[in-house]
Amino acid sequence: MKIRIKFRKFGEMKFIGHLDMMRYFQKAIRRAGIDICYSGGFSPHMIMSFASPLGVGLTSDGEYLDIEVGEVSSSADAVRRLNEVMAEGVEVVSFRKIPEGKASNAMALTAAADYEIRFRNGCAPKDGWQKDFDRFCASDSIQVIKKSKKGERETDIRPLIYRIERQEDTIFMQVAAGSVRNLKPELVMEAFAAFAGITFPESAFLIHRLEIYGDAGTKDKRQLISLEALGEVI
Amino acid sequence: MRKLALDDTVLLKIEKPARYIGNEINAVQKDKSRIEVRFCMCFPDLYEIGMSHLGIQILYDMFNRREDVWCERVYSPWVDLDRILREKQIPLFALESQDPVKDFDFLGITLQYEMCYTNVLQILDLSGIPLFADRRGEEDPIVIGGGPCACNPEPLADFFDLFYIGEGETSYYALIDAYKEHKNAGGSRQEFLIKAAQIPGIYVPSLYEVIYNPDGTIASMNPKALYVPSRVKRQAVSDLTHTFYPEKPLVPFIKVTQDRVVLEIQRGCIRGCRFCQAGMLYRPTRERDLEMLKESAEKMLKATGHEEISLSSLSSSDYSKLPELTEFLLENFGSNGVNISLPSLRIDAFSLDVMSKVQDIRKSSLTFAPEAGSQRLRDVINKGLTEEVILRGAGSAFEGGWNKVKLYFMLGLPTETEEDQKSIAWLAEKIARRYYEIPKEQRTGKCQITVSTSFFVPKPFTPFQWAGMCTREEFLERAHTVNMEIKEQLNRRSIRYNWHEADVTVLEGVFARGDRRLSGLLLKAYEKGCLFDSWTENFHNERWMEAFAETKTDLSFYTARVRTQDEIFPWDFIDSGVTKKFLYREWEKALEGTVTPNCRRQCQGCGAGRYQSGVCLLEAHQI
Repeated sequence: MKIRIKFRKFGEMKFIGHLDMMRYFQKAIRRAGIDICYSGGFSPHMIMSFASPLGVGLTSDGEYLDIEVGEVSSSADAVRRLNEVMAEGVEVVSFRKIPEGKASNAMALTAAADYEIRFRNGCAPKDGWQKDFDRFCASDSIQVIKKSKKGERETDIRPLIYRIERQEDTIFMQVAAGSVRNLKPELVMEAFAAFAGITFPESAFLIHRLEIYGDAGTKDKRQLISLEALGEVI
Repeated sequence: MRKLALDDTVLLKIEKPARYIGNEINAVQKDKSRIEVRFCMCFPDLYEIGMSHLGIQILYDMFNRREDVWCERVYSPWVDLDRILREKQIPLFALESQDPVKDFDFLGITLQYEMCYTNVLQILDLSGIPLFADRRGEEDPIVIGGGPCACNPEPLADFFDLFYIGEGETSYYALIDAYKEHKNAGGSRQEFLIKAAQIPGIYVPSLYEVIYNPDGTIASMNPKALYVPSRVKRQAVSDLTHTFYPEKPLVPFIKVTQDRVVLEIQRGCIRGCRFCQAGMLYRPTRERDLEMLKESAEKMLKATGHEEISLSSLSSSDYSKLPELTEFLLENFGSNGVNISLPSLRIDAFSLDVMSKVQDIRKSSLTFAPEAGSQRLRDVINKGLTEEVILRGAGSAFEGGWNKVKLYFMLGLPTETEEDQKSIAWLAEKIARRYYEIPKEQRTGKCQITVSTSFFVPKPFTPFQWAGMCTREEFLERAHTVNMEIKEQLNRRSIRYNWHEADVTVLEGVFARGDRRLSGLLLKAYEKGCLFDSWTENFHNERWMEAFAETKTDLSFYTARVRTQDEIFPWDFIDSGVTKKFLYREWEKALEGTVTPNCRRQCQGCGAGRYQSGVCLLEAHQI
């Protein structure tokens, strides 16, 4: 049976990188006594995959991993058992059954993500940046220089930003995520800095991921559904 | 929620911030308002190394079982954070509470190898604790050292208030109780030190005076105060089954060197190899009960979620219930994706059978530690491994599908000749030939024999404590001889050779048998920036050599000199159970090339019998 686990990552756990979170969950699942399935061979490993890596320093309310299990009692029981063995700073939100097959993998489905961005204390630019930001949000194209192995090239990231807005000093954005098209919120903020002619100090932002979505729509029209909603409670 | 000692901007700038935030699974949090004694336990090396150490896990659990004590941890900040702490004047902090180390009652530092000594100074320095014990005031923590290097604590004598000599399980509670009493009575630091000196196993270096002969050797070492014992008794647990052992070991977030459950099956070793300090120091050999180990393995795997369990001991094959234990582990956990690792195994039919069940033969390699190339020299060091046994073990392994062999040797052993050195190459060649005796269609490609040599360092409390040590040049010459001889062999393409650094080895030799006059050298080296000396990229031999010159320290006095029978050693004030008389007898037998049977076969009256435990009881019973 395939299972999708949704969890929150907050507080000090933001310093734990993606690979270490994978190791963390492998051990946590053993501690919780979840009947997870292993691959064959001489060094069997747990069947487990994460939707989208979260960078060091970022917090989140919507992280996902998919696992394959043998027997389970109920979603509620599994959530309780997992939360009993979590470190402070990780909380399991849901444990749901998802359809079989590769197409339903969280990693393959990931299409977009929501982020909330605030300035760290003392890192906000001079007042007045808000107006600049609203103008930035209204622009039709946002050119940035993307560095890759082949060199630098200019691209327009505006089509990858699905929603962007500001409420007082908090910024919200919904951007493309996943293996096909992916946009990091940091890059959007860099583009804003260039637009407004300002520079931010090192680690100036508190970035919080709110949710990850799959796309149930067509090529022409997006229809985003949270990865959690694609599973059913057992 | 607790507040971290470092703010986000610092933590996001440094390598692996998880080293400094604590909060690991099974880390202990307590309400500090209800705590009477705060103990900060330190492993003076990088987090990944320190977190892999079993001893701290045992002591951490032991202390935290007491409601009046809170034991926390600290490790050496890596060079990136070291720089920031100094720049911003942030005091070093403990992981659990994130409180400054300076606020603790005790700072306990484990001394696992000599090359961590500059890191000890870093810990004190960054904590804001005066480096020299005699400059510390009433508000400073009591700094206590322990671990294997505490069996000759003298090079660090000036920097520590106390040393704990021997195994931690026996006397720490008494020390804590004495401290509480002292604190409640409002006594002075000096009064506490004198009281502590009366607890078995506790050594207070400042309460002893050392007088030297004109030639630099020790004339006498005497207590300076009343009630201070002239000799300190090494502590050993008499019953390893009914004592402290963690049920919920700490589980780090980042990958550490030993990322697994460690099950210590026994302490001590019956073999009596003459170069081996652990084998002499942890006598008598004491086994843990099989049922206790089964229960303990189960609890620890459940509480950690680790995917691997490793048996720990100096010589696992000598554990009397090893087949039962491995069978239990394989049966109960093998199917749950739990790996079982069995280091320090003798290669024989049993171990090959177990290994073929727990590891991938194609990837794993066999390890032999003949330590010396020739049978003559193996007799000198009392390593009871013969060429016949090695070839037989390798042969059955090759037939079982293995094709990788690792061989460990030492160079610079007492009485070693050029022939002994070349024998290393010849032994490797014989093993390679044994492999190619197997019909071609049954072989899996070429065999890979990796020969590694380390340089021999004479250690206190071993029969070789009287021996002279090679110079850097002699060491390198010997490695060169081995290297050239390997290149002469028919199967040289199947043999790879690595040798250790000679510079670091020489320094180890200085501190291993050093005295308390070395504190100036150590401080000078630290001031010159020596830190993390066991990390090749951080080791600066030229700084050390400058420190020797500037402090007028004669390196060869500590290393090259062969000691006479009547010399008083800096560590002689420790009564380790094993007598100096026995060790000297073994030294003489070594020079004759006479072997000594192991403890199970025949008691040699080494002196460890006074602990009335383990193999010593067994023998008495049988005789």
